[in-house]
Amino acid sequence: MIRAGLIACLVFAACSAPPEENGAPVREPLPDDIKRSGTAFLQPDTRALQADDFANPGFLWIDRGEALFRAGVDGSKACAACHGEDGADLAGAAAHYPLVDAASGELLNIEGRINQCREQHQSLPPLEYESDNLLALTAYVAHLSRGEPVSVDVTGPAAQYYEMGREYFFTRRGQLNLACSQCHNEHWGEKLRGDTISQGHGNAFPAYRLEWQTLGSLHRRLNDCDEGVRAEPMPLGSETYKAVELYLAKRAEGLPIETPGVRR
Amino acid sequence: MRAVSWAMAAGLLLAAACGNEGSQRLAEPVTIEGDAILTPLGGETGDASRGKAVFTDREQGHCVLCHAVAGLEAEFQGNVGPPLTGLGDRLSPGQIRLRIADAQRIWPQTVMPSYYRTGGLNQVGEAYRGEPALSARQIEDLVAWLSTLKTQDGEE
Ligand code: HEC
Ligand code: HEC
Ligand code: HEC
Repeated sequence: MIRAGLIACLVFAACSAPPEENGAPVREPLPDDIKRSGTAFLQPDTRALQADDFANPGFLWIDRGEALFRAGVDGSKACAACHGEDGADLAGAAAHYPLVDAASGELLNIEGRINQCREQHQSLPPLEYESDNLLALTAYVAHLSRGEPVSVDVTGPAAQYYEMGREYFFTRRGQLNLACSQCHNEHWGEKLRGDTISQGHGNAFPAYRLEWQTLGSLHRRLNDCDEGVRAEPMPLGSETYKAVELYLAKRAEGLPIETPGVRR
Repeated sequence: MRAVSWAMAAGLLLAAACGNEGSQRLAEPVTIEGDAILTPLGGETGDASRGKAVFTDREQGHCVLCHAVAGLEAEFQGNVGPPLTGLGDRLSPGQIRLRIADAQRIWPQTVMPSYYRTGGLNQVGEAYRGEPALSARQIEDLVAWLSTLKTQDGEE
């Protein structure tokens, strides 16, 4: 009996030991005193571009989002009809996403909430993930929370999604066999060729990435990181990426929303 | 006697549990002696000048992502890993071979990929399944080039 247990332990330890069992860091978010937004790791010119509301290319999407927000489509009510002409009622809301929708029990990020409003309150079809219109509305809504500290609820029905996201963050994957935590917890601040590895926070998304030549969602960035380790990426908008988004938001707690960010 | 059979049972269990999809850990079976693989992979003979290209090319090893070598003409060499300047003075070809083929065997928590590993991996992209990140020849080319890196007198 004891021997069987010992063998089981051996098997476990040799194949899939979680990092803490091999003396690696415990699975905790980074402590507050070292927590820094990705903006802190940018080259000065990229940081300056983000800081200038007139030069920041992300504002093309904010403006487009604002126009969409005010316009009723096909005779449906405009977002502004329910949420205030300048979106005033939504100020601060984005800082608390993702969250579990009380009615459906589903994990919703901003994109999901907007599509829910379209379906339930505007009788319009959902917008496709990563489409310019959904990015524009998402960026506009997130931008209404600029400066607001990220603060999400990971208790109750959200707890299982938080665990799912945390598991993904600490699991090695891909041909290169790397976990998110290995780059963003253990090696942030170091140089991966031209990039300084940041702590991997999502508080500036959707963000304009120079490499994309367009604005993109957080899920698109996660997709890039997964492809970077030659893993099969998850679909944008999938429950897995939404769960990772929730874990990242909890991990970024207290950092201000910076949408629209500018990245290399 | 009984202890031996228990150990064997454990060994079998280990093999069964770790060999994800029944595949072995590396692209070919290797013999590890100490912290080295003494026999060239795939029976290949490395070429140092090709190895230098494997080290810097984005489409190949792209080792400069994490490692710098003093005097190497390549932009933006990373510092996630230690500099490999003068590596040939510190490590034998066999030791370098194991570090490239399977760094994770030496340092289980390392961020350095195991370039000859195919087994026991998770969520590997479809285009990469069953293939090691570098071929036997590319690794032998790297071993050949890295072994030539010596610290000149008076430098470092
Ligand atoms: C091999 C290293 C590596 C791995 C593994 C990795 N990333 Fe990244 N990640 C980067 C680099 C490099 C960047 C671009 C520079 C930066 O912002 O850190 C980045 C950017 C990000 C960003 C954007 C940060 C910002 O402020 O713009 C987020 C969020 C992120 N990663 C999350 C993740 C998650 C989640 C995983 C696992 C699914 C992951 N990363 C895996 C290297 C990695
Ligand atoms: C007919 C009214 C109506 C319209 C039109 C509408 N919404 Fe909503 N919206 C609501 C209500 C009501 C809620 C509260 C959640 C619920 O019951 O669906 C809500 C919630 C939200 C929230 C989350 C607020 C929070 O504090 O969590 C966001 C963001 C949002 N809407 C954005 C939009 C956008 C963007 C549009 C247009 C594409 C839009 N809404 C159109 C009624 C509307
Ligand atoms: C993602 C980062 C990363 C990449 C890419 C990488 N390495 Fe490494 N490498 C490391 C780290 C980190 C170490 C130190 C081992 C440790 O403690 O984790 C290391 C150690 C080594 C060592 C041992 C050095 C010594 O002095 O003992 C050699 C040799 C080496 N790497 C060669 C390579 C080669 C060749 C490539 C490309 C085919 C490569 N590395 C790619 C991160 C990397």
